[in-house]
Amino acid sequence: MSTHSSPPAATPAVGRWQRLRDSYLWYSFKRDRGAQLCLATLLALVGMALLAPWLAPTDPYDLAQIDILASELPPFWIEGSDPAYSLGTDAQGRDLWSIILYGTRVSLLIGFGAVLLQALLGVVFGLLAGYLGGRVDALLMRLADIQLSFSTLMVAIVVGAVVKATLGGSFYSDYAILMLILIIGLAEWPQYARTVRASVLAEKRKEYVDAAKVMGLKSRRIMFRHVLPNTLSPIFVISTVQIANAIISEAALSFLGLGMPETHPSLGSLIKAGFDYLQSGAWWITLIPGAFLVVLVLSINLLGDWLRDVMNPRLYKG
Amino acid sequence: MIAFLTKRLMHALLVMFIISVIAFAIQDNLGDPIQQMVGQSVPESEREALREQFGLNDPFHVQYLRFAGNALSGDFGTSYFYREPALEVIARHLPATLELVFGATLLIVLLSVPIGVYSAIKPRALLSRFFMGASIIGISIPVFLTAILLIQVFSIGISVSLFPESTAWGAWLNGLLSTDGGMPSFGRGQDLVPVVGHWETNLASLGGLKHLVLPSVALASIMLPLFIRLIRAEMMEVLQSEYVKFARAKGIGVRRIYFLHALKNTMLPVITVGGVQIGTMVAYTILTETVFQWPGMGLMFLDAINRADIPLIVAYLMIVGVIFVVTNTLVDLIYGLVNPTVKLTGKPA
Repeated sequence: MSTHSSPPAATPAVGRWQRLRDSYLWYSFKRDRGAQLCLATLLALVGMALLAPWLAPTDPYDLAQIDILASELPPFWIEGSDPAYSLGTDAQGRDLWSIILYGTRVSLLIGFGAVLLQALLGVVFGLLAGYLGGRVDALLMRLADIQLSFSTLMVAIVVGAVVKATLGGSFYSDYAILMLILIIGLAEWPQYARTVRASVLAEKRKEYVDAAKVMGLKSRRIMFRHVLPNTLSPIFVISTVQIANAIISEAALSFLGLGMPETHPSLGSLIKAGFDYLQSGAWWITLIPGAFLVVLVLSINLLGDWLRDVMNPRLYKG
Repeated sequence: MIAFLTKRLMHALLVMFIISVIAFAIQDNLGDPIQQMVGQSVPESEREALREQFGLNDPFHVQYLRFAGNALSGDFGTSYFYREPALEVIARHLPATLELVFGATLLIVLLSVPIGVYSAIKPRALLSRFFMGASIIGISIPVFLTAILLIQVFSIGISVSLFPESTAWGAWLNGLLSTDGGMPSFGRGQDLVPVVGHWETNLASLGGLKHLVLPSVALASIMLPLFIRLIRAEMMEVLQSEYVKFARAKGIGVRRIYFLHALKNTMLPVITVGGVQIGTMVAYTILTETVFQWPGMGLMFLDAINRADIPLIVAYLMIVGVIFVVTNTLVDLIYGLVNPTVKLTGKPA
């Protein structure tokens, strides 16, 4: 199902919407209640995260607004709760609802950022490997093989640990978002590179590439302008799963103390901070952020599953 | 075959070389051993002399060769924290991790094969749909969160009062959803049975086994969905193949087709993925051991990071590297042996 893109000048933005509405993707989306529910949940969570400064009753980063005496208050449906804190408070007396809003924001930012970096690296390397072949291909794919054989989470943990030890804890905490994007991005690029390479190998043999070559176009132009657009659908599909993975990886790193500091928490570091108070009965500090994390990841994963079924691209199998 | 074997071994050696260079670079750049050995009062000139004496001023490759030579003879230096050889420390923590991985693997194998096969044979059955739904939820819950949930439910216990306690069914439902807890969730417990050397086992006593349950379930929970989905997908593909149709046409019993003919070919890709997943499993042991304070290699590694115990970090990386490389190579070789269609020598270098 490779549709040739029409000349951009002739069809303005309206035409693009029209094309989406005519597509099979939109058709199956309209018929699938599950997919609609997932997208709605995801959009709601993303919206909440984006609007956190306006939605949150308190600013959890502002020390002046934190009341240590109000710490470990339970959520509203349990006796002893305070109506000012709908989901209760954490051990430092921060409003759990506010800190979850901000935490979701951090988790999503890192997830999307890391996937953007992975995609950038993976697409460039995958294109080069697939299109050029030969030694470049062998070198890049061997590198990808080695890295994948170690599992991305392991690579991320080791790199995170080493970077943290090299730069010192406080520096690492200050630039934690950037660091995590870099670490998770570097740890997972082989997934993209393999997928892109597999589709490039299939596309390379088609006539339009030969035609472009005969016309005397440069390799770079053929790669990025002709081959790349036709490999986009598998990239699209694995991106959903990769975002879910990146969010989980970030949470895992934060849980191990290699991620976001507690003063600027993501969902993962909220779970870590709350875990210490689980035995004292304050389960909500760890399990409510956990529930948000699971709902976020689950909705992305289910959307990814649906997308894969609909688009059914030739995904590269191990 | 010989050519394939040599190629694989060369590859394994190359990977091990890269790991050792990375490990050495970490050791070289992090931490100053002289700083660790002498106090603040030692003057710079003496430090310099010590550096010279220990060869710390030698060029990179000379130092690397020394490091590699020591590593080959099992000398990874002395842990700053434990004040004993790093390899010794790892050897002491290894059995705990291996028993945890063993417990989890047992659960995965015992559950994933029947569930995967069942949901491939009856893809539209209610139970299959339930398993598929549960597996995607399982994938979406990070392993440390599963572990925390297990602790809350089975160790601390939950009391549900969602339904009205006054009615009989409300009390019954509340009782059904509440748990007493009481399962051990901290460390390996006291009931360890010594076997040989450093190896004390959890597997030989009831108390020890009890401690192993929650961590194993947590570790298994993350891999189980993956294997169920994989076995299901492969099995469904195999069931579409010509030889299965032919076997049916011949009138061979359904059971025989499913469990003898189809399952055999289903397990081939599962072996490869299983081998690759060992790497993931090691990463997950770090998380699981942290939650349950299970005194294995993962927890030791994390402690070593927090204490900046460089020799122990480096030793852990090297040992884990060896485990990865050996298992990956073995899996490749086994795959080559059991699957005659693999072109042994035709792999691109």
